[in-house]
Amino acid sequence: MSTRFDEIMSRRGEIMRRALGMDYQQFEQSPIAFDYEAMMADHGYSLADIRAIQRTAGVGDTPLLELRNMTDLVRSISEPGKGARIFVKDEAANLAGAFKDRRASVSIHVAKEKGYEGVIAATSGNYGAAVSSQAARYGLTCIICQETFDSRHIGQPEIIEKSRICEAYGAEVIQMTVGPELFFHMLELLDQTGYFAASLYSSFGVSGIETLGLEIAEEMRERTGAPPTVCVITHAGGGNTTGTARGLKRAGAGETQIVSASVDLSGLHMASDHDFNRKSFTTGHTGFGVPFATWPDRADVPRNAARSLRYIDRYLTVTQGETFYVTEALVKLEGLERGPAGNTAMTAAVSLARDLPREATVVVQETEYTGAGKHHWAQLNFAKEMGVGVCSGDPKNNVPGKVIVIPERPEQICAKDFDVDRMRRSYVRNALKNAGADYVPTAADIEFLAADTNSSAEKVEAMLVELREAS
Amino acid sequence: MSDQRCRAGDWVEVESVLLEPADRSKNLPEDTAAQPLRMWIKGYAESAVDMGAEVCVQTVTGRTVTGTLSDINPGYFHTFGRPIPELVHVGPDLRERLAAYRAAQHGEVLDEPGGEDAGTEGGAS
Repeated sequence: MSTRFDEIMSRRGEIMRRALGMDYQQFEQSPIAFDYEAMMADHGYSLADIRAIQRTAGVGDTPLLELRNMTDLVRSISEPGKGARIFVKDEAANLAGAFKDRRASVSIHVAKEKGYEGVIAATSGNYGAAVSSQAARYGLTCIICQETFDSRHIGQPEIIEKSRICEAYGAEVIQMTVGPELFFHMLELLDQTGYFAASLYSSFGVSGIETLGLEIAEEMRERTGAPPTVCVITHAGGGNTTGTARGLKRAGAGETQIVSASVDLSGLHMASDHDFNRKSFTTGHTGFGVPFATWPDRADVPRNAARSLRYIDRYLTVTQGETFYVTEALVKLEGLERGPAGNTAMTAAVSLARDLPREATVVVQETEYTGAGKHHWAQLNFAKEMGVGVCSGDPKNNVPGKVIVIPERPEQICAKDFDVDRMRRSYVRNALKNAGADYVPTAADIEFLAADTNSSAEKVEAMLVELREAS
Repeated sequence: MSDQRCRAGDWVEVESVLLEPADRSKNLPEDTAAQPLRMWIKGYAESAVDMGAEVCVQTVTGRTVTGTLSDINPGYFHTFGRPIPELVHVGPDLRERLAAYRAAQHGEVLDEPGGEDAGTEGGAS
């Protein structure tokens, strides 16, 4: 028997086509490959056009701050000659308080141009605030679907704050209990209202982040004479990594190493009612980072514009406790009080800057706003209420959902490398699975998989042999 | 919230079930699958009802949604909470470390002609 859920999900393609005003079919090349660059260019906006759209929208041109105290702190615990200069792009200075404004500004501009009356987004994060704020500026109505509560109606303080800010900007907020059917309800509403789908993963949104990479390359050239040695990016669904890396490349900074960073939430199930309130981070964590990198097309659009494996050189994980510690350090040493999730990359930067020469530069490419609920105190107090232990000690003893260990000393901050080759293999396995058991990849498919995993045709062929032998 | 009955036109919150457990996605962990998918939304009540009774609301986008009355003039009460004892030491400790490091660097700069960079190169080679 077909349920309401099945009925809506079966019409997903048709609903999204109308809601995005874009036919993804034209980019498809085979059951595996599609023309990514053609999809990204389809909106027809140049980088200069996007910059102009964002300047009108009150977005971008955020300050790039050199963190001299954090740099010296790192040098104080580094070997002689080591300890890179650390900079941060203060994205909290955007209109709604995060880099997500860059994404939303382009999406909402497109919605307005195409004549939609309103926009809908499914997000529990800063993106909701960004879409609501931009919709307010453009005079569009706005609906935000949020995964807010567990089955006991207990909500993460960080997400409750997101509900508040979206409503403050005039959006209609639908607060829901745990479950991926958030997207089902978004589809129902798109079908009902005819509004624009302000998807996080459309080419509009991801193109909007490219200006962040562009600004970093330009400002670092001006300040230090060269683009950054390393750019560290808080990584969740992959849009931040994809857009920033593309922007750096387009600005001629292709040599900058792209390091993605997520908070380690291994062991916690993202769709579990029980686990929902036992994580202190609602974004920037491995629960989104790994599944979206290894299968980006799980998103709400037919083809995800956020394809992080194309750009990641290195993927680091840090613990919740380390990130809370660095959030507090940033407040006390730099006078920069910002939201913890946005400091995930900062935490990884503190760790990796220790191993880089002093001449090297590290840019942490975002911060996010903070406030009641969305603050390291609020999140740690909530963790304690949910029965998660909080203690001082060695962060090696951190167990997601069970105990948050706050470092005692900065020397204990130690980001861990996540095996990117393993993610590449996992991506290729998922692409094959999605294409169907009988499909045999062509040479063109192999070229596509190599580009989509920042790898080579030879490596992809070796992975295919390995996967065939394993099956 | 002290009033247990809303008037027509009041700003309220209603609750409803979007999907019963049997109608939910098949790919859910057991604990989530056992629960209905519930939602809460705010709007202007179209009639006067008691808490827990069914009522239609008009949302800020002009949609009409039906649910059971769960709050009247709903507010936000999230806070910062109390200071975290495990974080209290971080600021003073790091400022002290920074001061000590800079004092030592300053000493090196005074001792070694050529300053910090010359010292660094010597150490690295």
